[in-house]
Amino acid sequence: MRNYFQDVWLRLRRDKLALLGLVIIAIVIFMAVFAPYLSSYEYDAQDFLESNEPPSMNHVFGTDIFGRDIFVRVLYGARISLSVGFVASLINLFIGVIYGGISGFAGGKLDNLMMRIVDVIYSVPVMIYVILIMVVVGSGLKSIFITLGISYWASMARIVRAEIMRLKNEEFVLAARVIGASSSRILFRHLLPNAMGAILVSLTFSIPSAIFTEAFLSFVGLGVSAPMASWGVLSSDAIGTLAIYPWQLFFPAAAISITILAFNFLGDGLRDALDPRLRK
Amino acid sequence: MRLRYITGRIFASLITLWVVITLTFFLMRAIPGGPFTEERAIPEHVLEKMLERYHLNDPIYVQYGNYLLNVLKLDLGPSYRYEGLSVNELIAGSFPASFMVGGIALMISLLLGIPAGIISALKHGKWQDKISVVFATFGVTIPSFVIATVLVYFFAYKWGLVTVGFWEGFSTAILPAVTLAGYPAAFISRLVRSSMLEILQQDYIRTAYSKGLRQMSVIYIHALKNALIPVITYLAPLTAGILTGSFVVEQVFGVPGLGTFFVTSITNRDYTTIMGVTIFYSALLVLFNLVADVCLSFVDPRINLK
Repeated sequence: MRNYFQDVWLRLRRDKLALLGLVIIAIVIFMAVFAPYLSSYEYDAQDFLESNEPPSMNHVFGTDIFGRDIFVRVLYGARISLSVGFVASLINLFIGVIYGGISGFAGGKLDNLMMRIVDVIYSVPVMIYVILIMVVVGSGLKSIFITLGISYWASMARIVRAEIMRLKNEEFVLAARVIGASSSRILFRHLLPNAMGAILVSLTFSIPSAIFTEAFLSFVGLGVSAPMASWGVLSSDAIGTLAIYPWQLFFPAAAISITILAFNFLGDGLRDALDPRLRK
Repeated sequence: MRLRYITGRIFASLITLWVVITLTFFLMRAIPGGPFTEERAIPEHVLEKMLERYHLNDPIYVQYGNYLLNVLKLDLGPSYRYEGLSVNELIAGSFPASFMVGGIALMISLLLGIPAGIISALKHGKWQDKISVVFATFGVTIPSFVIATVLVYFFAYKWGLVTVGFWEGFSTAILPAVTLAGYPAAFISRLVRSSMLEILQQDYIRTAYSKGLRQMSVIYIHALKNALIPVITYLAPLTAGILTGSFVVEQVFGVPGLGTFFVTSITNRDYTTIMGVTIFYSALLVLFNLVADVCLSFVDPRINLK
């Protein structure tokens, strides 16, 4: 007898695109973790004799205007993007899942109040929050994390709430109650594990959107700043010299696109694998 | 019943706006240093005069009350940085450009996304579907600043077809609009595709066919009407997305719109303007959400009006 997650894994393994996504994500994580060992250059080491070099054996992705190696900078960019995605998913998991779970489980007035709060959070564009908080806290990775914490869990809370609402009238909940399980035990041990499918899918899609947000902010100069190298910063630095040195934009841009693509493939595959009814 | 639903939605929207105004107000007051902190210290008496002129010496609740009252009167106050200009005038000056770019982008994304989604669903699994899915995937994965720079590179530098960097109205609005339309067009086509696929399996469609209706009328009258419901829901945040996504796109193309202006007002630390633009954006979004909700209550009988 296979359990649910073995079943999901079997279906996921058959989905070539999802598997490709998984492999790419694994590679990006590996490169981010071992960034210092994968290149002999420092990410902020300048070498004016070698500025604006095209891709070559020495500098696989070429160099930028200060002669910094673009390959190693893209690797360090992966660290920033992935940490942003990681923090976003942690927040989604902790705040979003617990908030949505309590709201859906409690129902009634409390649920109504909690969802109105989510509505308010939801009806301000995320970008505006980020920027407002940047103004107060100062720009940088820290304020991106804070903002993600404030606003990124709202849609997860809605999804989890809907799932819990659907599940809480099922018989297994009644059965758990009959044998005397406490409310928190029912919520955390019985309901939430059953909502895991929806949570996982929403999680894989929330990571790329967080990565996007960081890239956008850094691109307009409100996010991470020099000499740190986020993919958004690298792209924005390359804009000025685009006509002459197009590869300076190409590599960071490709890195963002491929990573986001990988998460999307994985998310699509997971959704199909977790819910075979949707697969047509 | 419907009237009660609509008044309820309006009430909820007003509360949302009030929360946004309150939050922005106190956030801006929480910034260390105050609005006139600069690298070069301003003489004491000048600072005193400035604080007095902008009523910043009043107790905080008086300031808050006044600000709320002014917003009610649709007055967002004077700019702290642009001498003699009000935030209203500044927004009125920069919004038309954003509106034009956003409007064209909205049209493109609907005109491209809906047909692509329909074709994709009808030719499910065939090459037409695959091509449209590939494009839709690229549309949601490539960041807009990359699309923007690629377009600039080819259309402006390589082929010299358009000028970039200064604003000449419609002709310079097309490239930024195309850039902005990329993500929503892709998203809409995915939305239409999946809802259309689901609907085409339903009993009432089979009934319509078995009544002997032509395929065209089944698809365009019976199926499409329901398949577009999720698109209406998405249109409200999409409009906001087009407006906020424009921060980046406007910068690359040098569009003198609200996005560019917002980013400048942040680097300038022009607090009243930051507040004003935030409230303006949120008011737009809340308004669009409200309109979408009301439309849906007419279109979709399944919605619970209570």
